[in-house]
Amino acid sequence: MSEGPLLVVRDLDAFYGDFQALFGLSIEVAAGEAVAVIGANGAGKSTLLKTIAGLLRARRDAIVFAGDNIGGRPAYAIAAHGIALVPEGRGLFPSLSVEENLLIGGQLRRPGPWSLQRIYELFPALAERRNLPSTALSGGQQQMVAIGRGLMANPKLLLCDEISLGLAPIIVRDIYARLPAILAEGVSLVLVEQDIVQALKATQRVYCLQEGRVALAGAAKDLTREAIAAAYFGV
Amino acid sequence: MDWVNVILQGVLVGGLYAMFAAGLSLIFGVMRLVNIAHGDLIVLAAYLALVTTETLGIGPLASLLIVVPLMAAIGYALQRLVLNRTLGEDLLPPLLVTFGLSVIIQNGLLAVFTADSRKLQAGDFEVSTIRLFEGVYVGLLPLLQFVVAIAVIAALQFIFYRTALGRAFRATADSQAVAQLMGLDNRHVFALAMALSLAVVAIAGVFLAVRANFDPAIGPARLIFGFEAVIIGGLGNLWGTFAGGIVLGVAQAIGAHIDPGWQLLAGHIAFLIILAVRPEGLFPKVRT
Amino acid sequence: MKVRVAFASRSSQIGMALFAIALVALAAAPFWGGRDDLQLLSEIYAYVALASLWNLLAGYAGLVSIGQQAYVGLGAYLLFAFAIIARISPLLAIPLAGIIAAVVAVPVAGLVFRLRGHYFAIGTWIVAEVFRLLASQLSILGGGSGISLPAPLVIAIAPGREMRDFLEYWIALALVVAILALIVLLLRSRYGLALKAIRDSELAATCNGIDVLRTKVLVYIVTACATAMVGALIFLQRLRVSPDAAFSVNDWTAFVIFITVIGGIGRIEGPIIGTIAFFALRQTLADLGTIYLLMLGLVAILVMLLAPKGIWGLIVERFGWQVFPLERTVFVDDRSRALAGKPAHGR
Repeated sequence: MSEGPLLVVRDLDAFYGDFQALFGLSIEVAAGEAVAVIGANGAGKSTLLKTIAGLLRARRDAIVFAGDNIGGRPAYAIAAHGIALVPEGRGLFPSLSVEENLLIGGQLRRPGPWSLQRIYELFPALAERRNLPSTALSGGQQQMVAIGRGLMANPKLLLCDEISLGLAPIIVRDIYARLPAILAEGVSLVLVEQDIVQALKATQRVYCLQEGRVALAGAAKDLTREAIAAAYFGV
Repeated sequence: MDWVNVILQGVLVGGLYAMFAAGLSLIFGVMRLVNIAHGDLIVLAAYLALVTTETLGIGPLASLLIVVPLMAAIGYALQRLVLNRTLGEDLLPPLLVTFGLSVIIQNGLLAVFTADSRKLQAGDFEVSTIRLFEGVYVGLLPLLQFVVAIAVIAALQFIFYRTALGRAFRATADSQAVAQLMGLDNRHVFALAMALSLAVVAIAGVFLAVRANFDPAIGPARLIFGFEAVIIGGLGNLWGTFAGGIVLGVAQAIGAHIDPGWQLLAGHIAFLIILAVRPEGLFPKVRT
Repeated sequence: MKVRVAFASRSSQIGMALFAIALVALAAAPFWGGRDDLQLLSEIYAYVALASLWNLLAGYAGLVSIGQQAYVGLGAYLLFAFAIIARISPLLAIPLAGIIAAVVAVPVAGLVFRLRGHYFAIGTWIVAEVFRLLASQLSILGGGSGISLPAPLVIAIAPGREMRDFLEYWIALALVVAILALIVLLLRSRYGLALKAIRDSELAATCNGIDVLRTKVLVYIVTACATAMVGALIFLQRLRVSPDAAFSVNDWTAFVIFITVIGGIGRIEGPIIGTIAFFALRQTLADLGTIYLLMLGLVAILVMLLAPKGIWGLIVERFGWQVFPLERTVFVDDRSRALAGKPAHGR
């Protein structure tokens, strides 16, 4: 077993042009863990995931993955390292069918348990719709495609950006019900969510961000509603 | 029967125009770039074929084995080293850089080969005709060129819609950022697209060289034909582009038949009419 | 609270003063220069005018056209048609050509504006090709080989060759100054502000009530009119017109684009600097023939990749100068306290 956490984010600053979104942020994710990152709009949750995934530049030693400094590397190189991002708003390719979206997730041909077959077992609704344009599916099904596409890369770490966004609660529960199966295959998870309830149920640890900084961190079962509310809103 | 022959000639040359257009269409679809030097690159391919056949003593079709990979390599390098830097929101840089490229290629060819008209010889094949039916003859060479055009478009369709490379092209065209998340290096994907485009250009160039006289200055006209075929046929649809090439070829043939000086004008007028009454083209692809 | 918008700055005051001095010197050229000098200067004026107009179209209105040679040739052919067929004085024919070109530009705009971006550019080129082909079909104007201006008409312009040279020179100078003035006035007006807004964001401009299409069409028509007048004058001075010369992509688009790119797109001073650089290059390199053109293409590519704002763009970034009073600075109250900080760069 590898020593130390799978992902270490250390003193991370992130910028959109001149605008600073993250201020010296530090978080950790252990192998096999599911970690939630919660916070209000604009707190920097998506920014954090985008920076880890390489869409935004970071200092070289600000992000350590499986012992490697990956900060500043381009997104396609980080994907090759085994980090997959399920982007905010799904980010499906409209020109590709459901199956093609999944296949392109596996573009890198990284070895691992996830294959088209396995994804269809996890999300049977997709198998029936494999040749439809990805945009023809319902919101929940599109989210499944997005997650499946991320898994096809056989990542060690799956970053999920607000997978509950815009979905009915029953659909959200349905999707969250699949997460244990994903964790069981050895994929670590970072879940960014505005829906705190589901996030706390599905994860072991929680970070609460507020205006680009960590306002609260701890085990999911230990944190009280009051503490979370205070950190969330910066009261 | 006279008219049937005229239209038939037009259809066959339309295949060549479709090949001019296919490379152009591909590049615009993948990276929203219009390569003003496209026609000049076709002429460059023709000259490369000339040099290859003369120095190696092989026939034009055999020269494809050298010219196609060579042009593909040139395309990859061109995109990677120069054109990738011009991509972005502003449309001036790629337009001006490819325009500058056009001037460089034309004058480079002029300096090396002079303005003399050249032509590739294909031997007897060039003048053979077959009789389709009473009074209607079609040249073997134009027929071959037409068949090759169909094959090229079919191959491009296959690549685009049935291979991982094609998926990469379409995904990168949809969203460069998300494509990166899949592990796709945009610079490499774009360079491959340009390489593919110039491979098609190479085929078109060799056929151009066999078919008619060429000199360094005829590039811009080929660009215009390709462009007109794309617009007439409709954006985003390779078979539509093929149809557009045929419409253009037929229009030109009819114009030429009325008066040789009217050949080009007839083609332009057909283009302008389509632009006026059906600007989306004859067979546009409806994007979701 | 009173608000006032000022256009001038100290550098523009100095610049305009220098410009005025230069103008006086140039107007006196017939007295200190020879025939060759006047011809060279006329050519320079023509290119400054054409480049400034192309700059207005592409750099300000965002309409990148590679077909402006359509109007250069149209103006030229209209002049010859008026002179030869209608027996109108060539000098009068120049403004007439401009008016007709403006009218022609309307349906052309109707067609090419259906295309966007790069496709618009090629569409304008095709229109120019159509004009060229039509001109070669006009046997009354010499068809494919072109035609010369008949001697009696030439003589009728002014008494004596010297007088004619001077007159044409002053008209060339007056025309380029008028075009520059027109561009400056346009940019200082509501339309100029609209153009800036459109260039920054068409969507935002539309939301602010700017009729984007109308503004663009207006600029296109005005440019066509002025370009045609320049074309008419160029070929009047050459005394001969032919389709290939009048509608040459190289002469009227390639060189113009290179001038504007090298000098600096989107700034008025750019085309002037660019023309000077272009002619300096030409004087030194023209003997090299095709190599010269090749190098020109190479220089344009390098400038576009490495210094996309051109020579003047670099100067502005470094020093913040302007020659023509165009940068809007907002002053609040009577105290001369500038409200906006640095003038927004990138035009």
